[in-house]
Amino acid sequence: MKVLAALSGGVDSAVAASRMVEQGHDVTAVHLALARTHDGQVGSRGCCTPLDARDAKRVADVLGIPYYVWDFSERFKAEVIDDFIDEYASGHTPNPCVRCNENIKFAAVLERGLALGFDAIATGHHAQIKNESNQKQLYRSVDSAKDQSYVLSVLSAQQLSHSMFPLGDVTKTQVRAEAAAKGLLVAEKPESYDICFIPDNDTAGWLNKQIQPKVGQVIDAVTGSAIASHDGAHQFTVGQRRGLHLDRPASDGQPRYVFNVDTKTQTVFVGPETLLSVTRIFADRPKWTCGSAPEVGSEVYVQLRAHGEPLAAVVKQIDDQIEVELRLPTRSVAPGQTLALYDGNRVLGSGTITKSSR
Amino acid sequence: MAYLDHAATTTLLPEVKSLLIEQLGAALNPSSLHESGRKARQLVEEARERIAKALKIRPSEIYFTAGGTEADNVAIKGIHWARQRERRRPQLLISAVEHHAVLDPAQWLAERGEAELVLIPVDSIGRIDLEWLERKLEKDSESVSMISVMWANNEVGTVQPINEVVLLAAKFGIPVHSDAVQAIGTLPVDLSDIKLSALSASGHKIGAIHGVGFLMLRTGVKVDPILHGGNQERDVRSGTINAVGAQALALAVELVIRNQTENFNRISKLRDDLVKRVKSAVPDAVYNGDPINRLPGNAHFSFYGAEGDAMLMLLDAKGVQVSTGSACSVGIPQPSHVLIAMGLDPVRAKSSLRFSLGSTSDTSDIDFLISALPDVVSRARRAGMVSDTKVAAQV
Repeated sequence: MKVLAALSGGVDSAVAASRMVEQGHDVTAVHLALARTHDGQVGSRGCCTPLDARDAKRVADVLGIPYYVWDFSERFKAEVIDDFIDEYASGHTPNPCVRCNENIKFAAVLERGLALGFDAIATGHHAQIKNESNQKQLYRSVDSAKDQSYVLSVLSAQQLSHSMFPLGDVTKTQVRAEAAAKGLLVAEKPESYDICFIPDNDTAGWLNKQIQPKVGQVIDAVTGSAIASHDGAHQFTVGQRRGLHLDRPASDGQPRYVFNVDTKTQTVFVGPETLLSVTRIFADRPKWTCGSAPEVGSEVYVQLRAHGEPLAAVVKQIDDQIEVELRLPTRSVAPGQTLALYDGNRVLGSGTITKSSR
Repeated sequence: MAYLDHAATTTLLPEVKSLLIEQLGAALNPSSLHESGRKARQLVEEARERIAKALKIRPSEIYFTAGGTEADNVAIKGIHWARQRERRRPQLLISAVEHHAVLDPAQWLAERGEAELVLIPVDSIGRIDLEWLERKLEKDSESVSMISVMWANNEVGTVQPINEVVLLAAKFGIPVHSDAVQAIGTLPVDLSDIKLSALSASGHKIGAIHGVGFLMLRTGVKVDPILHGGNQERDVRSGTINAVGAQALALAVELVIRNQTENFNRISKLRDDLVKRVKSAVPDAVYNGDPINRLPGNAHFSFYGAEGDAMLMLLDAKGVQVSTGSACSVGIPQPSHVLIAMGLDPVRAKSSLRFSLGSTSDTSDIDFLISALPDVVSRARRAGMVSDTKVAAQV
């Protein structure tokens, strides 16, 4: 097959590309230029620095495959960075890696690849694809600590059918060993955990520069009274305890947590931990990676964060909205987060959380 | 396979290859005072004399460098600094279509507050506006430090009216530098006729090796060095001189100048054939640059709505090696400053490919290109432009 291997400059994508070459595919490497800083330079760190581009190029040369840079920075800005800002400004908690996979890597890049004659895109994501009755199915990685199936749960079945994740059957430790054995000099490169377009990992500071600050009140839901003020509701996320700057302890002596953010009135609602507990989660924008929506009444697992625990749940509603009911309550569910649905280790699909309730 | 990127670098001339095999290996430092040193010095000075003779200048006007970029840097920074020591005259008049090896040193000086960069505009075929230059000099020649206009453009092939620039500048006593990296050996370059103050040349563009080049500095033109050290090349360029490289460069210069007319005729005929066949294979292809007065091996086209990088990749996969412009700008695709200066819209600028022919090119290269091109262009058009999504959607 003609395979487009996305090379970030990191060890995972390098080994993924090398495995594609070994399997006999006709592989072309593409490095995506995504985040740009103000002076027009690409990236500050993470996955898009000039050094990463150089590492990616070196990997391609070692593998003996062509290497190109595709500049998707304009679309990345419009569909990932601006979306990230808008979501925070609306009091939501977005996951930019999910948006990047949904709108850039497995959409714009894949579409371009297909138009240019490639059959599939291969990335270094830790997830498995298995063929089941002529339909590709997405599974968790064998390395549960590194599993990235959550951020891939926004892929449609069509996108998945053109995707290859050659690292799903190995652990990160094995990936590093394989890179070293193959002479890929990125073997020891440190992990990149943070948001690639935010320098210094200072998300709050970065957001404060992007979002016009608006003063508002912090209201204690138990008493209904304002107990503090703040200078921007976007700085608060559901479940947050720190940084509330409460003037005095709550009347019941319990610590206070953010459990709702209303950016229309710039009001942050806080309450005791018990208010964070939810069992019903609602989501929109459903995507069915597995090919079709699960039936109402299905027993599933849901995951709410990239490395969150799978939670047992029952599907209560499936159409353009998803509603699930958790077997056991959970806490800190913020609108904007991705609700991923699993059947065991198999990804069914996902939606974007709109609200939750007890 | 077809190599259509001779403007980026060309194949080693067989004569140069034989010379390198013969001469490489000895310990050759022309600054040493012993026998090997004398031998090295002999090689360097003989090379200098042969280049000077071929270009009709004095041997003392040749300064060996490590290539065209270094020669351009010494010319721009060195002449500008030396001129400032006489009297403050901040303006660098640089053609808008220069190679980055000229533009960037000028920009660097400007960013440091040491110069004002003034771009000489070009017309739609990339030829500088001589009337603009004349008006500029008549109005304000006192502020001008130097002028730099390339002999011929590396991207679109347009030959500049260099002698007119030199004659005009002479009236005001302003030094003129010309980057002749693409012109040496492809066009007649006779420096007894054209009284340039400085000229840059590169070895690997004419079939010598990488890492050698020279700066021609006319007697009396003052220049400050940018490399300091052992005071080689009369303090203009410190660093042990590459004796074998100088010999390779001299041999290549002699050969390409001796065969210039013959090569020009053969390659421009081949190029004209390429242009005709590209236009017939892709009828809406737009030929950029001066249609007549251009480098013999250069053909530059826009295929509107097909991203240059996508076409390059697809052609490469079929064994056809081309460029989207100057190889230095490859990496993150940006519309070429040359094409933007010529007034092309960004989409057309990004939809461009340069085909450049050289000594080893023949009809089979063109056959190969034409067999691949139509499919490549239509496929790239279907994929659209990466970054200019809005504009591409209208195509």
